[in-house]
Amino acid sequence: MVKIVQVYGGMLMTAMGQTLLLALLSLFFASILGLVFGMLKVVPNKVCNFIGMVYVDAIRGWPLIVLAFFVYFTFPAFVQGLGYRSFRLTSLQAGTIALALNCGAYMAEIIRAGIQSVDGGQMEAARSLGLPYITSMRKVVLPQAVRTMIPSIINQFIITLKDTSILSAIGFPELTNATKTIVANTMNTQGWMVAGLMYMVVIILLSKLSGYIERRVRYAQ
Amino acid sequence: MSMKKYLAWAAALLMAASLAGCGSTATSSSAASKAESGTGTASSAAAKSDKVWIITTDTAFMPFEYTDESGKFVGIDVDILEAVAKDQGFAYDLQSIGWDGAVAAVQSGQADAIIAGASIKQERIDSGWVFSEGYYNATQTIAVAADSNIAKWEDLSGKNVAVKNGTIGCDYAESMKDKYGFTVTKFEDSPTMYQDVIAGNSVACFDDTPVMAANIKQHGLALKIPDGFENEGAPYGFAIMNKDNQVLLDMFNAGLANIKANGTYDKILEKYLG
Repeated sequence: MVKIVQVYGGMLMTAMGQTLLLALLSLFFASILGLVFGMLKVVPNKVCNFIGMVYVDAIRGWPLIVLAFFVYFTFPAFVQGLGYRSFRLTSLQAGTIALALNCGAYMAEIIRAGIQSVDGGQMEAARSLGLPYITSMRKVVLPQAVRTMIPSIINQFIITLKDTSILSAIGFPELTNATKTIVANTMNTQGWMVAGLMYMVVIILLSKLSGYIERRVRYAQ
Repeated sequence: MSMKKYLAWAAALLMAASLAGCGSTATSSSAASKAESGTGTASSAAAKSDKVWIITTDTAFMPFEYTDESGKFVGIDVDILEAVAKDQGFAYDLQSIGWDGAVAAVQSGQADAIIAGASIKQERIDSGWVFSEGYYNATQTIAVAADSNIAKWEDLSGKNVAVKNGTIGCDYAESMKDKYGFTVTKFEDSPTMYQDVIAGNSVACFDDTPVMAANIKQHGLALKIPDGFENEGAPYGFAIMNKDNQVLLDMFNAGLANIKANGTYDKILEKYLG
């Protein structure tokens, strides 16, 4: 194991950088998607509810690896077929799209559940004081909802960080992909232990950060 | 029958079927008739006659191991192992469990040896593997889309190529990428690698020449192998990890020399590559 780290340490760190890059990009776009579609599911409008439902159901119904292959291979081929012959997606672009869509669907559900966990009376009280819907949502409901959402959101971030490993299937040079190279080169399966420990360290750090954030937002309880 | 019972039966059947699938894909006929499954405690003399050696291999690495149209598990590795075992009179159970599993099984002592088109590399020897004499010298080259006009190394400049992770083809691409200025994307398996070239994300893929030639021919892939990219190649070896299995390695080497001498070896190559 020591030898693997000595010989391949640099390669593993570069790959970890790629893992974090993919995770951060995906989480950024997933947060936007989650917020938009989560809100669509709670606003009092049947069309919006329907759009939100279609997105969540469609994406949650696809395994991530299938979605990744679809975005990387099938989708560009379809666009090329429409006449845009030079259309291509890099594995980072395709990986970000697949992971953000996937994580976004779960985030939408977390956000919907968080908002619905706030007692309906809060919204009614705000509205009866004359606040518009958007303001009531932003100033009264969301601040209370965020507190219940935070643990689930952090959990989802951790899941997404680990899900980046699935994108090794489309050749994205992240940690799992690099470990495959190392294990195949050396025919030494201890490489998997090194990779597992590296993921674990990053995720423990993320958990500590989340614990800190949770304490910070608990002030009003 | 209630729904619950019906489901239980279906689950049981599925499990039985999958277990059967994991089992022996090939067992040599010679000396296997009354062989007991090896316990690993037998003395070396007894091991030679009674032990059933567990040998692992890849699932789809045409033409070295693959399942043919009739559902039979065949290939150069499969036939060479069969011929060697027959020559040396040892019994074996060949388990086709995929490359990663094949490596891990031998490393963890669940299996005795691997024969899976494994190139003999110093790094692998450093990890504790002991290889037989090379049984096949595989060269590496590139394949490009059928309508591609890539004809020399310089044409790859600024482009991306696809490789199968951890193969010698992967090493070959890595060794050339700086000189000719191309990038390398690593895939888990050959089908995805070929797909990347056909989809146009990569302009070429690197792999063992016989493997690519067989795949293009067999699957009618829209790819071709241009001239002028082939390297000198590296030998494939049969490998063990546990030193206690040296007797198996010795038998393999002796059997390999014999089947090369009596023409069986050439016949096997002719059958798959001819």
